[in-house]
Amino acid sequence: MNELIDHPLDEQAILFIAALVIFTSFLMLAQKRLTSLVGVFAWQGFLLALATALSAHTQDIPHLYFSAALNLGLKAFLIPWMLIRLIAKFDMHREIEALLYPSITLTAAASLVLFSYYVVLPIEHLSTLATRNTIAVSLGVVLLGMLLMVTRRQAIAQVVGFMAIENGLFFAAVAATSGMPMVVEMGIAFDVLVAAIIFGVFFFHINSSIDSLDVDRLNRLNEMER
Amino acid sequence: MTALYLLIAIPLAGMVLQARLGDSRAAGPWNVRINSLAFLAALWLAIDIFNDGPSSTNGGEFRVDAFNVYLVLLTAFVGLTTSIFSAPYMENERLHGRVTAKRLRLYHSMYQGFMLAMYLVLTTNNMGFLWVAMEGATLATVLLVSLYRTPESIEAAWKYFILCGVGIAQALFGTVLLYFAAGQTGDNAAASLQWSVLFEHARELNPQVMSLAFVFLLVGYGTKIGLVPLHNWLPDAHSEGPTPMSAILSGLLLNDALYAVIRCKMLVDGATGTNMAGYLMMGFGLLSFLVAALFLHRQKDIKRLYSYSSIEHMGIMTFAFGVGGPLATFAALMHMTVHSLTKSAIFVTVGHAAQVAGTQQLEHIRGLIRTQPAIGWGLLIGTIAIAGFPPFGVFTSEFLVLTATMQLYPWLTPLLLLGIVIAFSGLFHHIQPVVYGPAPAGQTPVEANLWPVVTHLVLVLWLGLAVPGVLSQWFEQATKTIAGSLPL
Repeated sequence: MNELIDHPLDEQAILFIAALVIFTSFLMLAQKRLTSLVGVFAWQGFLLALATALSAHTQDIPHLYFSAALNLGLKAFLIPWMLIRLIAKFDMHREIEALLYPSITLTAAASLVLFSYYVVLPIEHLSTLATRNTIAVSLGVVLLGMLLMVTRRQAIAQVVGFMAIENGLFFAAVAATSGMPMVVEMGIAFDVLVAAIIFGVFFFHINSSIDSLDVDRLNRLNEMER
Repeated sequence: MTALYLLIAIPLAGMVLQARLGDSRAAGPWNVRINSLAFLAALWLAIDIFNDGPSSTNGGEFRVDAFNVYLVLLTAFVGLTTSIFSAPYMENERLHGRVTAKRLRLYHSMYQGFMLAMYLVLTTNNMGFLWVAMEGATLATVLLVSLYRTPESIEAAWKYFILCGVGIAQALFGTVLLYFAAGQTGDNAAASLQWSVLFEHARELNPQVMSLAFVFLLVGYGTKIGLVPLHNWLPDAHSEGPTPMSAILSGLLLNDALYAVIRCKMLVDGATGTNMAGYLMMGFGLLSFLVAALFLHRQKDIKRLYSYSSIEHMGIMTFAFGVGGPLATFAALMHMTVHSLTKSAIFVTVGHAAQVAGTQQLEHIRGLIRTQPAIGWGLLIGTIAIAGFPPFGVFTSEFLVLTATMQLYPWLTPLLLLGIVIAFSGLFHHIQPVVYGPAPAGQTPVEANLWPVVTHLVLVLWLGLAVPGVLSQWFEQATKTIAGSLPL
């Protein structure tokens, strides 16, 4: 981490990207159209890859370049592409989802970010400014991803939330520890890829079962009635 | 370590093989054969460990010690017996047209995929890879939950996927924090995610970061254990999937998730020197135990009934590991074994019972002892065992947990006793008419292989009467490493 202090400009750049990343998380919460939601998600993936490549450069860790490329390919291109294709297939690209209480959602989102800064306080005295901020931001991205999943009813939007959580975790790994060991990173990427494929399969199952992708209608298994 | 490589290579090969021939009539028997081979490999590994003590592979990526070796053996054993049950069961499902050839291939291939993930979870030494394997287990099983493609099963699978996916993401965040703490020590060797290295350097890890990490790890892996209030996916996934899946989910997956939590707890205990992790686990465990015991009463589906019983028992184990100390830890280790044996035996009989009655609704399954005595008695004895009656092993381990609680936290004992009584009455209130009573017309016996049930229950009985020397030696060693990291 000491290298970061020697490169104040790089540190500023990473902090700036971190701010953009959390901004994209807020944007996602406010998107009504599924296609634009996926678009914002792709931008977030791109920003993460950029931040990773920048860390790789400043800290001179070659294997981070590889993670950056992996993340770029998966989160900025492959998964958004798969989702857009599915949206087109289910003919939902025009559909506009009414957001429930958008202002409350965004206020809750802001408090979640504050909360994540509070949670990482114990880490404060351990590390440099950049790390502290980025860990808080990454936890914020994780929590906002969850919020996205909670507030949406469309299965595809929930999957975007799921993948945004993965983004937050990836950012945490890069920011706090300059990347997990290679084998772990490969494993995580593999899991994410398989998860994305299984989600795709699920859309078809759900669609054929309830004739829509509105998961609120999945309500047969209810503890109260059983 | 050849045995270890074999143990991992066999299910991997099985996965590929079953992806090709999984829909043929030979798939069931092949599943049994592959699992027997894996069981032999596990046995070989166990003998190695018993003779030479803990050992790890060259790079230290895999490590087997007294704590995980018995779980490996248990996993291989339950995997084998469940596959013996699965062969005629799935054949029957196919004859009734509930599964297509493609889904049968998926089922058999993913059975092996799940076993592979379980062996990896247990034997890996890398905390990051542990997470990867745990997520792999979810991915392998999620499409099996929706194997029948009924609206209910698809809903259950979706719930399982989303809840476990989000839950386990928390565990990854915890793992990142763990890695962060390891990096802070400034020691290059500790800056890996290898558990054995971290364990040696546990005292140097920053206690605050480790406490924070543990909260995330417990919530994450706790979702998979089925701890209340993160348990919502569990009854659904267990009740809607094919019964062999329920047996291995309940008998293996829950245990292995708990195993992951204990590994993390050992690190956190070493770092903080307090019982912070233990208190958290006690709280979650006790809550799960009591809530699940109450929920037992209102179940209408036989598989949901027993999945709540699984939550209840996982609650006891989590609680006992949280209490810490040699006695409670020993009891928890033993409870892991007996619960997994008993519960998978119960799910096997429940699967047959549901096929006999043609439904999973408790009120429509009646008089099993008259229709098919073997299944009726199997269910009754299994239920007696799981409810904690002597002389079965569950009684012994629950008794030990109670004793340990009495010593350390006497004021919690009444709650435990109350929970046990509530759970017992809940189970018997439902199962008594299912087993006894007049059999309705239309219930016909099915072809069933009850050897797995008999073997499991005999083993549980044996463990209740006397713990064999090999096992008690492993239990003691594991107890020493788990409880030893905490100054009492």
